[in-house]
Amino acid sequence: MRPKATPKRQLLQGNEAIVEGALAAGCTFFAGYPITPASEISEILSVRLPRQGGTFIQMEDEIASMGAIIGASLTGAKSMTATSGPGFSLMQENLGFACITEVPCVIVNVMRGGPSTGLPTNPAQGDVMQARWGTHGDHPIIVMAVSTVRDCFDITVQAFNFSEEYRVPVIVLSDEMVAHTRETVVLPSREEITVFDRIRPDMPAEWYIPYEGDSRGVPRMAAFGDGFRHHVTGLVHDPRGFPTQRPDEIDHFMHRLFKKISKNLKTIQLTKSFFLDDAEIAVVAYGSVARSAHRAVLEAREMGIRAGLLQLCTLFPFPRESVERVARQCRAIVVPEMSIGQMSREVKRVNQGFCRVEKHSRIDGQLITPDEICNRLIQLHHS
Amino acid sequence: MPKEVTKLIHKYLRHDKKFPHVWCPGCGNGIILGALIRAIDDLGLQKDEIVLASGIGCSGRMPVYVDFNTLHTTHGRALTFSTGIKMVNPDLTVIAVMGDGDATAIGGNHFIHAARRNVNLTALVINNQIYGMTGGQHSPATPYDALSTTSHYGHIEQPFPIAELAVTAGACFVARGTVYHVKLLESLIKKAVKKRGFSIVEVMSNCHIQFGRRNQLGGPVEMLKWLRSHAVRVDKAREMSAQDMAGKFTIGVLADREYPSYVEEYERVRKKARDSAHKESP
Repeated sequence: MRPKATPKRQLLQGNEAIVEGALAAGCTFFAGYPITPASEISEILSVRLPRQGGTFIQMEDEIASMGAIIGASLTGAKSMTATSGPGFSLMQENLGFACITEVPCVIVNVMRGGPSTGLPTNPAQGDVMQARWGTHGDHPIIVMAVSTVRDCFDITVQAFNFSEEYRVPVIVLSDEMVAHTRETVVLPSREEITVFDRIRPDMPAEWYIPYEGDSRGVPRMAAFGDGFRHHVTGLVHDPRGFPTQRPDEIDHFMHRLFKKISKNLKTIQLTKSFFLDDAEIAVVAYGSVARSAHRAVLEAREMGIRAGLLQLCTLFPFPRESVERVARQCRAIVVPEMSIGQMSREVKRVNQGFCRVEKHSRIDGQLITPDEICNRLIQLHHS
Repeated sequence: MPKEVTKLIHKYLRHDKKFPHVWCPGCGNGIILGALIRAIDDLGLQKDEIVLASGIGCSGRMPVYVDFNTLHTTHGRALTFSTGIKMVNPDLTVIAVMGDGDATAIGGNHFIHAARRNVNLTALVINNQIYGMTGGQHSPATPYDALSTTSHYGHIEQPFPIAELAVTAGACFVARGTVYHVKLLESLIKKAVKKRGFSIVEVMSNCHIQFGRRNQLGGPVEMLKWLRSHAVRVDKAREMSAQDMAGKFTIGVLADREYPSYVEEYERVRKKARDSAHKESP
């Protein structure tokens, strides 16, 4: 018997791990536009994708990039784009198109300080609500956040899987700190990860109803050229894909869009818990701040404070049940964020008078340190 | 209706789509759709291998009626979606139909870059010189001094010559036709679809409801007559003075040149990438 190969240790930055995750998940098409601090994702994919027969294309702007990845996905490819705040703003229009036409695709937003050009090389977490509600109109969407290099790999794979399984665009929120931090990681092999591919129609073409949900509420997806000729439109459409103005058809369509997500909340709402079993005070954090929070909780524990951490991997649909459980159990929650307070509002919304919820904001372009969070925990412990 | 027309209708129009269509009686869009269908039929293309994409506006509604792979995208963005489609499946024939505002105002950047990049796509730009669907506002193709719902006192901007813009931007094949010269239009579309590389056909069309009425140009018949009297064949225009050409426009093939298309070039990139990867790993 051959000895088991030693797992390969790699020194990677977050942006590189996102590339590895995308390729492992089966991404074969990437369109993007240069922007700091996301450019490495484009640069590396421009080398890697053509090697395996895939396509990298640099478009004229982020609007075009988003259009190209939707076109690619409609033709059967798993597709992705990566950007930062200003580019993410430009993508909102076609992101809405992907929502209404149920086109799987992954959008990575490496967050930097905003608004506008803001702070191109500083981390921030100010795009959280934009990720949820940036495109106009009611729409379901999945938003995930990464906090370590390994996360960048795992969450990107998961983002592709969710997007293929539920036919919904998935946004991966990274930030400048995670993107450019290098650490040693061991990535799982292709055999160790699960990859989900969209379910294609297997009936005769004339039986295919392109926007009729299956038992999960998700329609089967044919690629252009597969022989299942159908119409795709950004107008609200009936199950055959044709525009409709009928209130009953509109209502049915809109509710199906939401139901395919809400029926699967337990699978989609991913969180990680650290030391929560006996916690009295909890930190709810995501992204690079979750790492500071993890250390802060360890330090607080050493001081005898029963602190715990709930790390949000899925930001939307908001993991209400997990947060509510923590709010019922603890007497205080602190939500540290590199924004004026976006997720803290969600936590407050879910907390129906169960405990005290405090935000800890930092909007000076600097990372929130473990000490800052630890100090908040000490204050809350004594109050 | 002639038997051959009925045959084409049965073959190419969607039997399960609720008609009537959204276009006004006398609209040029129907003539263009007819020419497109006849061109495709003549070329012997299979319905499964055609993607007809569009943007927003009256022209944007064209794909829904025909039995191809059809895509009604966002305003001005048809060419960006089409680029993704073509790169993933180069065997598909991808045609993007757009209006003048769609292609050259909100989609102007995509238009020039698609021409420069030279992905094998065909752009069909219907130029009716106005935003029809939204109520007759001026577009980048509205003539100087024309009246529109947003230029009550006469339009003070100069129009884009759309086909000439595409020539300068580097499109492989550029042609202009009109809805009056239907046989010519059909042959131009055929040439454009067959062309390897980015091809574009600008089609001068009539919007008698939003443009003609406000500018005293008459109904569809009068506007078609206007197109007839103001269109000059490219070869004839070469012999005419600038003075004689004032207020007129050329029709026919404006540019037909060979560049390697993006699809072929990218195949070369893939080969280079594979070779370099092979060298790296012993």
